[in-house]
Amino acid sequence: MSAVAAKDLTAERRAKANIVAVTSLGALTLLVFGFAIGPDVATLRTAAAGILWLSVLFSGVLVFHRSYQIELDGGALETLLLYPGERWEIFAGKLLANLCVVLLVEAIVIPVALVLYHVSVPDTWPALLAVIMLGTLGFVTLGTFYSAMASRTRSREVLLPLLLFPMLVPVLLAATEGSSALLVGDPMGDAGAWLRLLIVFDVIFLLAALFVFEHIIEA
Amino acid sequence: MKVPPLQTAELKITPQWWRLLGVVAPLALIATQTFGFMTSAPDRDMGNLQKIMYVHVPAAWNAFIAYFVVFIASVRYLLTKDERHDLLAASAAEVGAVLTALTLMLGSIWGRPTWGVWWTWDARLTSTAVLLMIFVGYLALRAFTDDPERRARWSAAVGIFGALNVPIVYMSVRWWRTLHQVQSSPSTVDPAYAWGLRLNAIAVLLLLIYFIARRYNIARMERQLEHRRDELELRPEGEPVHA
Amino acid sequence: MLASPASVIQAEIAKAKASAISLSAITRRFGHKWALRGIELDVAFGELVVIQGHNGGGKSTLLRVIATAITPTGGTGRILGKDLWRDATTIRAESALLGTSNGLYEDLSATENLLFAARMLGVRQPAERVAEALRQVGLANDANERVRAFSSGMQRRLAIGRLLLQQPKLLLLDEPFNTLDADGVALVSALIAGTRERGGAVVVVLHDLARLNMSPSATYTMTAGRLS
Repeated sequence: MSAVAAKDLTAERRAKANIVAVTSLGALTLLVFGFAIGPDVATLRTAAAGILWLSVLFSGVLVFHRSYQIELDGGALETLLLYPGERWEIFAGKLLANLCVVLLVEAIVIPVALVLYHVSVPDTWPALLAVIMLGTLGFVTLGTFYSAMASRTRSREVLLPLLLFPMLVPVLLAATEGSSALLVGDPMGDAGAWLRLLIVFDVIFLLAALFVFEHIIEA
Repeated sequence: MKVPPLQTAELKITPQWWRLLGVVAPLALIATQTFGFMTSAPDRDMGNLQKIMYVHVPAAWNAFIAYFVVFIASVRYLLTKDERHDLLAASAAEVGAVLTALTLMLGSIWGRPTWGVWWTWDARLTSTAVLLMIFVGYLALRAFTDDPERRARWSAAVGIFGALNVPIVYMSVRWWRTLHQVQSSPSTVDPAYAWGLRLNAIAVLLLLIYFIARRYNIARMERQLEHRRDELELRPEGEPVHA
Repeated sequence: MLASPASVIQAEIAKAKASAISLSAITRRFGHKWALRGIELDVAFGELVVIQGHNGGGKSTLLRVIATAITPTGGTGRILGKDLWRDATTIRAESALLGTSNGLYEDLSATENLLFAARMLGVRQPAERVAEALRQVGLANDANERVRAFSSGMQRRLAIGRLLLQQPKLLLLDEPFNTLDADGVALVSALIAGTRERGGAVVVVLHDLARLNMSPSATYTMTAGRLS
């Protein structure tokens, strides 16, 4: 499993252009949304969490595509399936690699959002970090799983968001609301409930993906 | 090579009891709708418009049932790799998608005179919209995948995941709405309506079963035809085809 | 005189044990098209079997079924004594397929590609074995170059290097001499000979029998999904 993760990460590192492009897209999305919403500071602050997560979503799908593209380019997927070892390990390895890349992108995009949308880092930032990590985990789990299928169909650009985004509604809501609440210090203690939701979501779908992956990768 | 026509006897691949429902279910629906109209007085605020609930709510409930069928059939497919389960899941998904769309449209139509808007971000309505998108994604995946085995496996996976997510979506959207409560949710479960709703739900259930069974039957026939053609291709030229 | 049932059974068991591949009524479809239509094949250990035929005849599909890269639509079989359907994972540990594509990651170097393979295969002392394999295929000087920069011949040799790492009991080669120069051809021949020496079996799909400078134990032709 770690071999797969390491391999994917090395490939990503080599193609530096890709990570730069994805991050730029994330930052660009933030900028463009800013134009769409207008310069009123109060509106920007309210919308900040939501727009941030949308940017992550749109940039993230590119990461998932590429993760499978490297397998499809050299015909490596078939070879990958010929090694002894469980299929779920392949999934876990890819999940880990994708997680690292998406977190890296977030590490750059989030400060940009803080700046563009006039948001200051709150005292509750550890909880905020937890929300971000858990939300990202749910996102990457489903993204890695669905792109294993979508990347191998005719219209992958359409199909992946079509399949993925409805599934991410709970994550989007939880992460957005949780982030919003924490950004203003969470006066009503809402964040706890959202955190719990994220944990439940992540556990359910991580287990489901590990179980079902072998069925979809071999077809 | 010309495929000899299938004998009629070969087409009876599913039990045909459901054909009866084609007559029974619509009659039942007419009966229960009449019952609903008769037994409840026009609503204080909304007048006869409230009667839409007699279709809207049963449609919603039955959409859930359809999705449940998709879930069970998907699981059984992955366990047995028997394509019949895949066909059942696909049939249920199509009918479920139609029912979900219907639920949304009726909810929207109800909302317009009531609140003056075509759409509110009401918890149930929004969750139903997400459910519709999950159905649509499922059907889109099937449309874009040609190989039957791959299509069956992938749809089963997507069906299972979608089903797992349905309760989570509902919960999260409801919490979200309670945080941003702008207007109160419509109360649709006035006790006077309860029996009317239940009866209508059963009538719609009968319709659901009828349509799924009919769609499933068509799907099985299509498959049967494909198998037959493939069987004939497998034989070298000149060999007689076994009856 | 009829053989006694016991000895017939024993002969069958002995045959099954000594057989590397034993396929019966194997079929495989892709959508509406049948690639394999009832394949019967028996290959014993130590044998070299060649399959010829025109493009699209299903040869590659057959190799992939034997390698358990894909499951057949129907039929039964035993590979290396293990059931084709149930024990696919263990079959993969001891069999290797060199397909028409090389299965390489273009952004990684030659060493990294082989190291990845070594780790996935559970090879002991991966670093040394990888270096050794690169030497054997003549890529030691380009070990740290990205595969993207390799010529197709070099990429093929790297793929062969991966097979050297594995030392499989069942070697499956799909048009192995394509895009290879004389050195590469020698490598493949050495690979085949080496596998047979260790008691393994080799199945090769070939267009052109001439490049194979050893005589096969059996030759089949594949047309439209059937073997003859």
